Amino acid sequence: MADGVKPRVKAPKKAAAGEVVTIKCLISHNMESGQRKDSDGNKIPRSIINRFTCDFNGKSVIDVTMEPAISTNPYFQFEATVPEAGEFKFTWYDDDGSVYEDSKKVAIG
Amino acid sequence: MDFSRRETLALGLGAAALTILPFRVNAAADDAIAAFTGGAAVADGGVTLGAPEIAENGNTVPIDVSAEGAVSIMLLAAGNPTPGVATYNFGELSGTQSASTRIRLAGTQDVIAIAKMADGSFAKAQQTVKVTIGGCGG
Repeated sequence: MADGVKPRVKAPKKAAAGEVVTIKCLISHNMESGQRKDSDGNKIPRSIINRFTCDFNGKSVIDVTMEPAISTNPYFQFEATVPEAGEFKFTWYDDDGSVYEDSKKVAIG
Repeated sequence: MDFSRRETLALGLGAAALTILPFRVNAAADDAIAAFTGGAAVADGGVTLGAPEIAENGNTVPIDVSAEGAVSIMLLAAGNPTPGVATYNFGELSGTQSASTRIRLAGTQDVIAIAKMADGSFAKAQQTVKVTIGGCGG
């Protein structure tokens, strides 16, 4: 499941120092649960993103462990404190070892 | 048979505890809770769990959870083939200890959120979600 995976992140471009901002992120991914069967009755093997992390200038904001019960195209919304100008780094870890990354710069203003 | 004051109090407390004890969720969910809490007591309250009362499509059920002062929150769906949903670990720059996501539910069941607070205590919230179409294939 390395094809067609596209992360989308919505974060503000500017924030006041110390402001709490809302971040929304979505990544397109099948999140095959391992419970479904194909038309021949064979189980479709599990293939999900099992971990998502968000860092700001190297400091952790949130670290989510995901199970197969997370929906297709996993979506997360959470809040982060912006102490200084810098960059949010978002990382998704796939079952197959792939790592998907995205980043957003935030200015103080 | 005479009861001393102490025995009467103990009996009363025991009876109260029995009625307050949460109803049994399935064993797998209990195991997951025990693994997360390490067997510590879980208090009610302190966690806000937002889930729809009726979800038409079990494939995407919006869930939001927040718990002020939590270091991590575990979400469980007691009626799913595997009860685990997600565990949020909040870092030092998390603005509020809240997050929302979309989850799959196999059928009508309880969604449970357990928060681990900074002082090591645990709190929980749970809500029943009615699901019209299950979200685990079949």
